[in-house]
Order: sequence, then C-alpha cells, then structure tokens
Amino acid sequence: MISFIIRRLIAAVFLLIIVSMVVFGIFFILPRWGGQTTYGLATEYVGRNPTRSAVLQMIDQLGLNKPLYLQYWAYLKAIVVGGHYGTGVNSAYCPPPCFGYSFKNQQPVWPAMVSDIPVTLSLAIGAAIIWLIAGIGIGVVSALKRGSIFDRFSMTIALAGVSLPIFFTGLIALELFSYKWPIFPNVQFVPFTENPALWARNLVLPWVTLAFLYAALYARLTRAGMLETMGEDYIRTARAKGLPERTVIFKHGLRAALTPIITIFGMDLGLLLGGALLTEYTFSLHGLGLFTIEAVQNQDFPEIMGVVMLAAFFVVIANLVVDIVYAVADPRVRY
Amino acid sequence: MAPLLEVQDLRIHFPTDDGLVKSVDGVTFSVERGSTLGIVGESGSGKSVTSLGIMGLHQGTSARITGEIKLDGEELVGADPDRVRELRGGKMAMIFQDPLSALHPYFKIGDQITEAYRIHQPGATKKQARQRAIDLLGRVGISRPSVQVDSYPHQFSGGMRQRVMIAMALSNDPELLIADEPTTALDVTVQAQILDLIRDLQSEFGSAVIIITHDLGVVAELADDILVMYAGRVAEYGTALDIFGQPSHPYTWGLLASMPRIDRARTTRLVPIPGTPPSLIQVPSGCPFHPRCRYASQTGGRSQSEVPPLREVTPGHLSACHLTAAQRTEFWAELSAGKVREDTREPA
Repeated sequence: MISFIIRRLIAAVFLLIIVSMVVFGIFFILPRWGGQTTYGLATEYVGRNPTRSAVLQMIDQLGLNKPLYLQYWAYLKAIVVGGHYGTGVNSAYCPPPCFGYSFKNQQPVWPAMVSDIPVTLSLAIGAAIIWLIAGIGIGVVSALKRGSIFDRFSMTIALAGVSLPIFFTGLIALELFSYKWPIFPNVQFVPFTENPALWARNLVLPWVTLAFLYAALYARLTRAGMLETMGEDYIRTARAKGLPERTVIFKHGLRAALTPIITIFGMDLGLLLGGALLTEYTFSLHGLGLFTIEAVQNQDFPEIMGVVMLAAFFVVIANLVVDIVYAVADPRVRY
Repeated sequence: MAPLLEVQDLRIHFPTDDGLVKSVDGVTFSVERGSTLGIVGESGSGKSVTSLGIMGLHQGTSARITGEIKLDGEELVGADPDRVRELRGGKMAMIFQDPLSALHPYFKIGDQITEAYRIHQPGATKKQARQRAIDLLGRVGISRPSVQVDSYPHQFSGGMRQRVMIAMALSNDPELLIADEPTTALDVTVQAQILDLIRDLQSEFGSAVIIITHDLGVVAELADDILVMYAGRVAEYGTALDIFGQPSHPYTWGLLASMPRIDRARTTRLVPIPGTPPSLIQVPSGCPFHPRCRYASQTGGRSQSEVPPLREVTPGHLSACHLTAAQRTEFWAELSAGKVREDTREPA
C-alpha cells in the first residue's frame, strides 16, 4: 500500500511536469507557429504602452532568443527560486513560487491567485458536502422505492437539475431569496476566520445553487449504481445469510454502489477547485473562477498560465486522492 | 417422524407486463432428515425459483406464492418475514451457482463467514466467530485457513470460492442445505471435488441436502430421491433407483438418453430432446411436454387436451404422463436398447 501511494505520488509529479510543458508550449511555441515574431511575443508580456527597450529587455528576460529548453528551464526555475521582472524603476522581484509576473497589474501572479483560493475552496467544499448528502440520499431512496411517487418526482427534479444552467438557477435564487424575500441579503464573501456565521450565511445560496446541479447528477448515478448492485449475486448471498435488509442495503449494497462515485467525485471536486466560473460569476464571489475570467478578459498571459497550472494541480491531486481512496475501498485494485 | 421439509402444491407466479409467469405451478415433494433430494430439469423449469421460494428469497419481489412449505413442521409461506430471515442462514442455508459473483468482492472471506455466523449466534464474540471461520475453511479443504481467512475473494479460484460458499452455508449447522447448481460454473475436475465435499460434509453435519442441477450425473452421484421438473411442474418423482432403473416419463427418458454413459456401447447415439423449453406465460395445453414428446401421439389426443395428473407407478414413484404402464415399459426398453422411435408427432 505504501509503495502504491509512493508510485502514484511520483506519477502525479510527472503528470504536473507534463502539464507545465503543455502550458508552456501553448504560450511560447504555438504563437510562433501562428507567425508571431519573438518581438511580438515579448510585447504581450511587457504591459501597457510597451517601449522598444522594454520589449528587448523582456526578450532577454524570458530568454526568447535562447533555445526552447532553456526558456522552459527559466520558467520552471522561476517557480522554484523566484525571479526578477521589469527594468529600472519598474523592476520587481517575484518571490517563489513565481508563476510569472503580471505586467498588466504590476504584481506577481501567485499572491493574487492565492488570495482567491479561500473563496473557491469554501464554495466548492461546502457545495460538495451538500450534494453528496442530498444526491446519494435521494439516489438510494429512489432505487429502493423504484417506480414510486418519490422516485418519479425526485428523478424529474434531478433531470431539471442537470439541465438547468447555474446562471439560471443562481439568478432565480438570488431574485427570490436575496431580493424578494431577503433571507440571504447582500451575498458576498466573508472569510471564515473573520466571521464563521456570516461566512456560512452568505454562502448558502451559492452552495445550494452549485450543489443542485451536482446533487441531481449524483442522485441519478447513485440510483443507477444501487439498482445494478442490488441485483448482484452477492446481495442474494447476503440475504441468504439471514442478514437484516438494513445491513444488506447499507453494508453490502451501498458500499459497492458508491465505489464508482468516488472517481467521479474526485474529478468534479478537482475541477471545481480550479474555479467554479459560473457560480462565482453569478454571485460575484472573487475566487479562482473570476480570477480566470478577468485574466482572460485582460489578456494577462502570466495570470492565465498561473491559474491553468493551479487548476491542473488541483485536478492531479484530486486524482491522486481518488486513486488512494479507491484502493482502500476496492481490494481488487491493490497490487 | 415427519420429514424435515414438506412442500405441498407450491405455486410461485410472477405478474409481468406480458402476462403471468407461472415459474412454479403445483409442486409437491418432501425431504427427510439427512437425505438428499436432487431436483433436475432444464433451464426455466422452475428449479431455482423453487429453492429461492423455500429460502424466502422472493421477499420484496412481485412473486405470488401459494401452497405450503413446512420446515420442521413450521409453515413458511405467508410467515413473518423476520422469522423466515432468522431461519435463513441458520436452519436452512444455500449455495449458489456462480461462486465468482456470489461473494462480495470488497470484504475478506473470513469477514463474510463470520458475518453469517454472528447474525445467528448473537452470543458469539468476534474471536470465537473468527475461530469458527478458520475451522470451517479448514473443513472445506482450504489450505492454511488461518492465513487465508484474511484473503479477498478475487485471490481465490472458482473452486476455492465455492468451498468458501459452502463453509459460509455450514457456519450455523443448517438442517437443510440447498445447493443450486453448485458445480455448473466450475471445471470438470473441480466439480467432482466439490460434490465429494458436499457428500462428506453431509454425513458429518447430518444436514438434509437439496441439490439442484440439470446434470443427471450429479444427482446419480449424490441423491437419494429425485424430482424431475418440467415447465414449473413435477414430471416425475421417486427414488434414485426408480428414476434411473425404471424411468416412467418421456421427459426423463429424454434427459437420460441425451447423457453419455460409460456402460453403453460407444456406437449408441445420444438422443437430444427436440425443441426448447416452453414459455412459462403460455404453457402448452394438456401435458406441457407434449410439443416435444415423441410419444404424444400414442395417448389418443389426451396429451394435447388433458393435464396428466401425478400418478403412482409403484409406491413412492410418481409420474405425470398419459402413457399406460405397458407402453412406458415398452418404449423405455426400446430406447435403452438404443432404438429411437421415429418422430411420430403430428407436424406443428
């Protein structure tokens, strides 16, 4: 088991390195294929009103004249040991981990990005807890009472849930519960450490909106998994032993039905941690999603590169955790 | 003393959108303590449905069960489900056809056995249950049981998993053990081992056994009594000696003639039963076997119109066939001599 985890960890590091190569390639190699000159490329990193000397300085700084592997090396090196950007009065030090320096905002990418993480983290994890409880609960009951009114009703709602976009349900929720009946007025992010009660209260609407989408999906998945599992031979064996139906369902049935959901949950959560774009946008929560949207709107390449790497990091870590949890849950995976 | 298990006019019907599926339609038999009953028939003859019915495993499905199932004098049809659950895995236990899928893939085999033990022995400690599991695994021929008890099912071969299933079934010294095609999914060499194991354990534990199979070779080896089922009904019922010595139903003849035998000349052709088992929604009129029976035309049309009652051939040997005793003797003599009567059925 330990060696399994270590191997997975090494694989995860390799994966991140490959992702960094791809990201690097997209920003430094693809434009050249598209006909971009070294000068033009460097201009994008200089900021507003680029002067010729600043651009030449940037070419030197990013090593755009050097071979690609040296450029990539400089990029990696900055992440580990930091780097200096700009010249003269504009010179700035970007401490490690330096994921680049945003010349448009005149600040290193990393601190700006990190300050947005708590928002996304609060949003994603809170929503995940809600959708797991609601989705799995509804899925199990629906499977066990297949064809009942509850089943039909909840599956119809679930279909609506997976079909309705967040910018629709979110706006409806805001309109109803923030404006018409101001139960949750003035939705904005308050750090947990500052005021936990207000933190939770202000996040209720985004949580529920985001969770609604996923709960619907998970309810359908759980229902399908449970229906399949309850028809398995080992469930019949469990009944033949004389186990109470409760034990048969929750110990033997749910255990097997939920295992595939671990994988999906890991992927979903990993993706969300990289930014819940629609939810953050709808509720004006300044997390990684809004950070990304703004970076794209400003064509702030260093910021985009940084947030892509961070999102990839979350997905890779989530996958690593999924692999380990899966190995614990399903003994057939261990080797 | 009354038999351990008495089944009287058991009917198990499943309403479906296409009609009523009469999986079991009026089956009567009994099993004495310590004896073995073989239930034989093709797929869809109602063998497995009958055994699941005895175990009360149709609970929660749409099955409609009527008739009587008496275990040790206790009526199980319509009994409190909790009471049947207590008996299940305790007084009566079951082994299933496919040991590959019958064990839960996520739990250690030892835990699966102790779970079966502890649910019926509430006083037993974890340690006692574990020791019991190790003992049982040793009894069913698993090597190094104190180590293997912590293995997972996927680490075992099919034969070993079936041994585990048997150990699990025997964990509470059941008085009745139902084995539903216990060897079908296994290699031929392993089949013989498993059958030997069942026989040995039966004499050791003194359980009555119902062995369900489509393989007459299996019942020839194990069974004291044999029940031949066709389309959810009893075709023939008697001792193993009756069934193999004086089979009195064309369906039994078909089963016997389609089985290779070492005591017959190699030139003797194997005779398959023509056709396929009937739909259980629209069971053929009269004798359900008549569309496939080579002798149906010998009954003066009664096969098509009248359901043959189960009649005694000799005391304790019952057969549901319209043929007269003389006809049966004659036809079976012909067939066992290797002569196949021309198909005299009227063209369908």
